[in-house]
Amino acid sequence: MTAAPLVGTDPAAVTGSPPGGRRGRRFDGPARTAAGFALGAALLFAVAPLTLSDFRLSLLAKYLCVAMVAVGIGIAWGRGGMLTLGQGVFFGLGGYAMAMHLKLADAGPGELPDFMQLYGQLDELPLWWRPFASPWIALPATVLLPMAVAFGLGSLVFRRRVRGAYFAILSQALAAAMVILLVGQQGTTGGTNGLTDIQGFFGYDLDDPVNQRMVYFIIAASLLALLALARQLIRSRYGELLVAVRDGEERVRFLGYDPAGVKLVGYVIAAGMAGLAGALFVPAVGIISPALIGIVPSIEFVIGVAVGGRATLLGPVLGAVAVAWARTALSERFPGTWTYLQGLLFVLVVAFLPGGLASLWVLARQRRSDPAGARWWRRARPVDRAENRTEVSAA
Amino acid sequence: MSQFRGRRILAGAMTLIAAAALTGCGSKTSDEKSTAGVSADVSGDSVKVGLLNSLSGTMAISEVTVRDSIMLAVEEINAAGGVLGKKIVPVGEDGASDWPTFAEKAEKLISQDRVAAVFGCWTSASRKAVKPVFEKNKALLFYPVQYEGLEQSPYIFYTGATTNQQIVPGLDYLKAQGKKSVYLVGSDYVFPRTANKIIKAYAAANGMTVLGEDYAPLGSTEFGTIVNKVRSAKADAVFNTLNGDSNVAFFKEYTSAGLTAASMPVVSVSIAEEEVKGIGTQYLKDQLTAWNYYQTTPGAANQKFVAAYKAKYGADKPTSDPMEAAYVAVYLWKAMVDKAGTFEVEKVRAASGGITYDAPEGLVTVDGPTQHIAKTARIGKVGADGLIAEVWNSGKPITPDPYLKSYPWASGLS
Repeated sequence: MTAAPLVGTDPAAVTGSPPGGRRGRRFDGPARTAAGFALGAALLFAVAPLTLSDFRLSLLAKYLCVAMVAVGIGIAWGRGGMLTLGQGVFFGLGGYAMAMHLKLADAGPGELPDFMQLYGQLDELPLWWRPFASPWIALPATVLLPMAVAFGLGSLVFRRRVRGAYFAILSQALAAAMVILLVGQQGTTGGTNGLTDIQGFFGYDLDDPVNQRMVYFIIAASLLALLALARQLIRSRYGELLVAVRDGEERVRFLGYDPAGVKLVGYVIAAGMAGLAGALFVPAVGIISPALIGIVPSIEFVIGVAVGGRATLLGPVLGAVAVAWARTALSERFPGTWTYLQGLLFVLVVAFLPGGLASLWVLARQRRSDPAGARWWRRARPVDRAENRTEVSAA
Repeated sequence: MSQFRGRRILAGAMTLIAAAALTGCGSKTSDEKSTAGVSADVSGDSVKVGLLNSLSGTMAISEVTVRDSIMLAVEEINAAGGVLGKKIVPVGEDGASDWPTFAEKAEKLISQDRVAAVFGCWTSASRKAVKPVFEKNKALLFYPVQYEGLEQSPYIFYTGATTNQQIVPGLDYLKAQGKKSVYLVGSDYVFPRTANKIIKAYAAANGMTVLGEDYAPLGSTEFGTIVNKVRSAKADAVFNTLNGDSNVAFFKEYTSAGLTAASMPVVSVSIAEEEVKGIGTQYLKDQLTAWNYYQTTPGAANQKFVAAYKAKYGADKPTSDPMEAAYVAVYLWKAMVDKAGTFEVEKVRAASGGITYDAPEGLVTVDGPTQHIAKTARIGKVGADGLIAEVWNSGKPITPDPYLKSYPWASGLS
C-alpha cells in the first residue's frame, strides 16, 4: 500500500474507465477515432509543414519524439499503474544504437568515429561497436534492445511483486547507473559529450533542410502509428486486463490470470516505444548524450504525461508536446525567469486539473450532462467516487 | 467488432507511413544543397549578436557572470559608437545547462534572429553540441572558457586557454618547485578526463609520478574516500579538475583531514575568484590556481575593466578569467569586423589573424590558423582576502597549440 497516496488520490483514473463504458453516444467509437486520426494526420502532414519555418518544424520533430515516449508511459503508467521513472534508459538505448550506426556510417568503412580518435586513443573499433556498423542490426536494435532490457528487468521485478514507489526508485536507479556507465567510458561512448555532430542519415545529408523535413515526416508517421497501436492495445482484452491489474492486482490473480505477465508486456511495449523515439530523436536533433537519459529527463517525460492526463490515449501526447513547446516558448520570451513560469504552470495544472489537460474534456462533458458538475471547482476532487474506490486498491 | 475496425485504422496509419516514406524524396549527400548558410541581418542601423549562456540549471551560477561581462562589453562598445557605425543589439537565450537546448537555441539565434555572432557556452559538452550547428550555418561562435583542447572548428573562436596555456604551465610550475609526484582529482566529464590524460603523458616524460586518479560524478559532495586515498598516497601535490559545488565539499574534507597548502598543495584549474567566494577562503588559503587572468592582474586595462564591472554590478562582485575572456571576445570580434569592414563571416575570419588587443589580462593576439588566442599563463595563490595573487607568469603570451603538436611527449595524444 505504499503508493496508495500517489495513485489513489490521482483522479486521472476517471478517464481510464474501461473502454466501451460510454459506447453508444452519438459520435463515439470507431467513427470518432477515425476522424481523430484524420485530423491528427492533417495537422502533422499538412498544416504544420506549410505554416512552420524549417527551424520550428525541426523543433516540432523533437517534441513529437518526446510524445512517442509519452505514448508508452501512458500505457505503462496510465493503464498499467507502473510509475516508470526511468524511461530515459530505453530512450537512450534506442538513441545510442542509432547514433552509433550513424557515426560509423559518417566515418566510413574501417575508420573510427572522430571522438574515439580524440579521447580513446584506440587503434580499432571496440568489439561491442562492431555490430552497429550494419543497418540491419542497428535499426532493429533501436527497438529490440530496450525491449530486451525491459524484459530482463521486468521479469525480475514484477514476479517478485515489486511495485509502487519501489518500482519507481528501481527504474530511477537504472537511469542513474546507465549515465555513470556512459560517462565513465569516455573513450568508447563520448562521455558527457555524448555522440554529436551526426551528419548523415542513411546517405541523406542532415544539414539539408529538405532532409530535415523528411525526418520530420518519418517521426510524425511513427507517432501516428504508435498511437494506432496504443489504441488497439487499450481496446483489446489485454488492455482491459492491464487496467484490471492496475486497479486490483490481487483480484486479477484470484481470477486465474498472471498479473506479472500482464505488466511485463505493458512495460516492454513502453520501452520499445521509448527506444524508437530515441532512435528518431538522433537524426532530428543530431545529438544523444547522457544528459538526455538520466534521472531529470526521465522525470520530465513523466511530467508531460501527467500534465496531459496519463490514462487517456491522446492526453500523454498532447501533454508532452505542450510541456516541450511551453519550455521553448517561455525560455525564448523570458530567458531569465522562464523556469519560474514553467514551475507555476505545473503547480496550476496539478492543483486545478489533477487529471491533466485531458480532464478538461471530461469536465466539460460532465458539466453538460450533470448540472452539479458545473461547480467542479468547488469540489475537492472532480472524481467519480465509484471509480476512485477501485483506484485506492491499485497500489 | 471494435477490434476489426481498429485494424482498419491501423492499416490507415500504415498507409500514412508509406506515404511519408514516399514524400521523403530528400536529396542525397552528393546533390547540391538546397540552401547555403543564413547570413546575418545587418540591413538596419543595428546589428544583433547572440548571447548563449545557461541562466538556469547547474551551470547558471558560473555562466550568468559571463553573460554579465558580455553585456558590459556590448554597452561600452555601443557607448563608443558601435561596430561599423551600427549599434549592437544583444539577443539573450538560456541554454538551461542542457546540451540539446544549446543546439536548439544556437539554431534559433542564427536562423530566426540572424545574429552576426554568438558569444557563450561553458561546458565542453555544450560546445560540442552547438559546433555542428555553427558549421552547418557558417556562423560564428566565440567560446570564452578554458577547455581541454583537441579542437579547431573554422567557425569557433576560442578566447579561453587551451591546454598548453593553462595545464602545461601549471605542471611546469610544479616541476620547477621540485614536486615529483601528483595525485589527480576531477569531476567525471570530458575536460578532467582529457586533462588528466595530458597530465599523465607530461608526467611520464618529465620524471613525475602520478600516484592516483579519481573522478567524482558532477555535483557530487562525497569526498571522504577520495581525500583518504589522497592523504595515504602522500603525493607532493594534487592536481584538481573538479568543477562547481564539488570543490566546496572536497576542500572542506581536505582541510578537516589535516591537509594544507604547505603539506600538500592543490593546483586547481576551475576555481576562480567567484568560486573562492563560494568555497570559503579559510579552506583555500594559499592553494594554487592556474589561469590567464586574475582580478589582481596589474595594468591600466584591467583597472578600467574591474572598475567598470563593479560600477555596473556591485562592489562585492569579483571578476574572473572566463568573464574576462568573454569580455575580450566581444572586443576581438569588433576588431575583426572593423578590419574586415563587413560583418560577413568568411571575411571576418580572414581578417582575424594577427589582431591584437590590450586586454585586462595583458596583450592578446588572435592566432589565425587555430582561431585561438595567444595569452600569458599565470599561476596564482589564494589570499586571505579571497582574491588570487599572481606568484608566477610565463613572461610573454604563449602561442596556442590546441593539439599540443609542439610538445614531443604529447605525440601519442591525438
